[in-house]
Amino acid sequence: MTGAGQEPWPDTDPESELAGFRRTANGATARFAAGEAAIIRSLVSQVAELVGGEASSAMPGAAPGPAAAGQPPAGQPQPGEPAGAAGPGGLDDLAAQLGLSDSAELPADPILARLLPDGYADDPDASKEFRRYTEIGLRSAKVEVAQTVLATLPPGGGTVRLSVQDGQAWLRALNDVRLSLGVVLGVTDDFDEQVADMSADDPQAAYVGVYQWLAAVQDSLVDALS
Amino acid sequence: MSAAPAEVQQTESSQDAVLDTPWVTIVWNDPVNLMSYVTYVFQTVFGYAKPKAEKLMLDVHHKGKAVVSAGAREAMERDAETLHGYGLWATVSRDS
Repeated sequence: MTGAGQEPWPDTDPESELAGFRRTANGATARFAAGEAAIIRSLVSQVAELVGGEASSAMPGAAPGPAAAGQPPAGQPQPGEPAGAAGPGGLDDLAAQLGLSDSAELPADPILARLLPDGYADDPDASKEFRRYTEIGLRSAKVEVAQTVLATLPPGGGTVRLSVQDGQAWLRALNDVRLSLGVVLGVTDDFDEQVADMSADDPQAAYVGVYQWLAAVQDSLVDALS
Repeated sequence: MSAAPAEVQQTESSQDAVLDTPWVTIVWNDPVNLMSYVTYVFQTVFGYAKPKAEKLMLDVHHKGKAVVSAGAREAMERDAETLHGYGLWATVSRDS
């Protein structure tokens, strides 16, 4: 398990000194090109929308939907989507960016399940109780760190200067984005092999690059804040 | 446990309080989190020195999971919640 950013749990990435953050007297700084800033802002916004905009429909079984009316679940376009579709819209955007817009296999649930995991591994009742007390706070904390990124990263790119506190918010927000991409890309411990087996025209290939680049950026920010 | 009368539950929790560190927070390995980041989180959240944080990170990495803190149940739930805020996959369980 060694190598650059494409590795799960990568070791120090030699490229992280070239791209990404460096230490300052009271935090960290980096320069982002306009395109880089746009990618980060877009992904961070979508995760925030997903996590923050779905509080009601995230409850298991809370979205019976109109399909219960005895209609066959035909593949026809449905002009009136169930209310729950408002939240996953962010995920649709993410999926679209990843070239996966035609896939109906990307419910919001796996990403949310990873970002808002159970508190107990083998006690569903305790997990439910834990979630009842922590989930709202956890969701707003994730939205808050996303907002810190959006507030400190100029839309047109440029220099970012972060306090330690803002830097930690960036770390958490970038991590949430990487966790989400990891779910969408199906990242496993054998990610290297997955990438090696991927053909160049695979629509996911470009976003593997984004995923790896974000790992390098995050790694550089850890270094700068350590 | 949920079916137990309230008095019994109360007795159970006071026993919990008497026992030494009956609860733990566990962090599980996952293929996305960076080793450097996980180490940094352990240092930041728990105030662990870097060698201890690195050792815990490597335990998670190689063994699939590691106990990162121990104490009262409520404290472990707070730790798990905090770690979820950092995107780590953490759970609470009774020490065994």
